[in-house]
Amino acid sequence: MKTLQGIPLDYYLWLSAALFTIGVLGVLFRRNAIVIFMCIELMLNAVNLLLVAFSNYYSDASGQVFVFFIMAVAAAEVAVGLAILMLMYRNTKTTDINILNRLKW
Amino acid sequence: MTFTNNLFYFLSFVAVLSALMVVLSKNPVHSVLYLIITFFAIAGHYVLLNAQFLAAVHVIVYAGAIMVLFLYVIMLLNLNQESEAHKSTLMKLAATISAGLLLVVLIGSIRGSEQLMVQPQQVEVGSVKDMGRVLFKEFLLPFEISSVLLLVAMIGAVMLGKNEEEGKNAS
Repeated sequence: MKTLQGIPLDYYLWLSAALFTIGVLGVLFRRNAIVIFMCIELMLNAVNLLLVAFSNYYSDASGQVFVFFIMAVAAAEVAVGLAILMLMYRNTKTTDINILNRLKW
Repeated sequence: MTFTNNLFYFLSFVAVLSALMVVLSKNPVHSVLYLIITFFAIAGHYVLLNAQFLAAVHVIVYAGAIMVLFLYVIMLLNLNQESEAHKSTLMKLAATISAGLLLVVLIGSIRGSEQLMVQPQQVEVGSVKDMGRVLFKEFLLPFEISSVLLLVAMIGAVMLGKNEEEGKNAS
């Protein structure tokens, strides 16, 4: 149950679980839409880390290729998401999700 | 062996601590800077896991491109500590309890899962050469499609960011 470097795979599972939970906590905890967006990035990275750990454990490069694609999708997501947030800010002058909850202005 | 273990503990500590600071810091700019520290720690983990190519891509894409984009938007919108809205204490408590419960569920499912019994082969998979071989043989079609995805995202961002007068005329 160890990766090639001698670190147990369990440790990576726990670290990823902790990072993912902190991301969920941030989404529930904050009201600023941009910070919520950053916490979603944090969750994506927790999953990426786990994929790389398993890829190393199985000596299979497919997992790392998946991480590569997740990065491409994350970049696209951030570009479009931030553009939408900018548009919302232009109309409502805020990034507070409690004011954005009606999805209209 | 102990050195890699110590490095793992150090990087994990930095990653978790700065991830917590992302959530807890009042100023959005500080959140971005702590998130960059987290990403560097995760890149260190990638190096530790023999995924050098991914570590480089991670630093370039996340710390170099995505976080700069976040920082630009936050500075463009002039968000700071004063304009920051906060949830009520009750909501914060509920959020913390929900996240804690999720952590308990995750840890319980990890501990309850069966041990994987795979004999790891000593094969290098993380170098640019091996990654390129897999990426351009098995995953050639997804790779090309992801380029279309990036193009679509670029067009979408430009469309959304267009001037308001033109948008009104078009709709």
